[in-house]
Amino acid sequence: MEPLRPVSRRAKLALGTAFFVVFFALWALVTFGGAIDSMFLKDPLYTLVTGYKLFAEFNFIRDVGVTLWRVVGGFVIAALIGVPLGIVMGAYKPVEAFFEPFVSFARYLPASAFIPLLILWAGVGETQKLAVIFLGSVFQIVLMVAVIVGSTRRELVEAAYTLGASGRDIVKRVLLPGAGPQIAEALRLVLGWAWTYVIVAELVGSSSGIGYMIMDSQRLLDTGQMIFGIFCIGVIGLASDLMFKWANQRLYPWAF
Amino acid sequence: MGFLAIESLSRVFPGVRGGAPTQALDKTDLAVEDNDFICLLGPSGCGKSTLLRIVAGLDSPSTGRVMLDGAPVTTPSPDRGMVFQSYTLFPWLTVRQNILFGSRSTAQKAKELVARVGLRGFENHYPKTLSGGMQQRTALARALANDPKILLLDEPFGALDNQTRALMQELLLGIWEADRKTVLFVTHDIDEAIFMANRVAVMSARPGRIKSEVKIDLPHPRHYTMKTSPEFSGYKARLTEEIRIEAMKTVQMEQS
Repeated sequence: MEPLRPVSRRAKLALGTAFFVVFFALWALVTFGGAIDSMFLKDPLYTLVTGYKLFAEFNFIRDVGVTLWRVVGGFVIAALIGVPLGIVMGAYKPVEAFFEPFVSFARYLPASAFIPLLILWAGVGETQKLAVIFLGSVFQIVLMVAVIVGSTRRELVEAAYTLGASGRDIVKRVLLPGAGPQIAEALRLVLGWAWTYVIVAELVGSSSGIGYMIMDSQRLLDTGQMIFGIFCIGVIGLASDLMFKWANQRLYPWAF
Repeated sequence: MGFLAIESLSRVFPGVRGGAPTQALDKTDLAVEDNDFICLLGPSGCGKSTLLRIVAGLDSPSTGRVMLDGAPVTTPSPDRGMVFQSYTLFPWLTVRQNILFGSRSTAQKAKELVARVGLRGFENHYPKTLSGGMQQRTALARALANDPKILLLDEPFGALDNQTRALMQELLLGIWEADRKTVLFVTHDIDEAIFMANRVAVMSARPGRIKSEVKIDLPHPRHYTMKTSPEFSGYKARLTEEIRIEAMKTVQMEQS
């Protein structure tokens, strides 16, 4: 192995898959071998069967759908507000000076700590779930987008000025297109975090969703269901991540 | 008074963190006639780039002023096209789109210029797929497409290898010989200055001033074989001596 030497596509795929194999093998080893009591950790096969039953008998697909819609809903609202505000902050320094200190402060307010308050304000319905995800995402998006737009190469802006661009042109024709790929990357990252907020939101005061199912399974001591639920989140997260990456490469061929 | 008049221009940069302010330019005067090709030659750190940036309108003088065609220069304008040392093509635009960026550029001009700088067949390439020389040729075409009154070049070939650099010099010289577009060209390369310019303005060490002006009486069109002629060597010996004194002053200043 040499530092920074790239690997081929096939080797990359094989290595990535290999770790999953190792992971499942270890899991099978400790559970089938009896090293860990099945009350605490079910074996892979049992978990898989439980998963099948969840879909077949308990309409788990509905929970997955509910969770998915909450994440996407809260995230989209946060992006619709956060991205434009971040762009304006990155482009215009007085606007940044006005918002930045508060947003930096708000970013550290844990979204989960707002849950009791949000239940008080909005009840235990969908509004409250969306609000948790929105609060958890929006400040992160604003700050990341502002930094990305603000770090546009100075020379590109100067070159545009010498070509007759106006201040508005600079924003529209230099800052925005230049920041596109990085903004998309930032959104991909924040979407990942939104998944953790949604589960927390569903653990408290909820009657549907993956988080609710996990909480409900705890009452029944069904570790198989709990693990399968967590696993589902991982799979959906990975799928959305891949979709985002694929879309970015299509959208910004010049950057990849 | 010339077409471009630089009148007792000085620029002081405020000290960083309570340090002493830096005088980059001190009472610099320079007149450039229409259709002239002037090289600003000086050791690194002598303020020649600062001078060019002020002419471009990207920086403001502390005292003095710049006049172009009778009007004072205060902000960047498409009248003064610039090619930078660093690569400043917009990475999200193709070669053709880059050339079309300028406010006065037209599809017809872009097509002509692509042919003129030898980039036919690369119109739809993104900058990241081009070599350094091709990127700078595109940048030159982009500046020319705007039909500026004067072309400002800040060591445009400084990052290129020797062979590419020589070819780029011939290309630019050929374009100048055909159009006689007024050029102000900053360089620290003595050979480059003699080969390209009608007049070489030598700058002193910091604070920069025009120390002397040398008229280059080599006939046009110039051929690269001229670089080994006795006349060329004569100019080179003289300019080498002048620059050497200034470079030594700079080194002494940095050591004290």
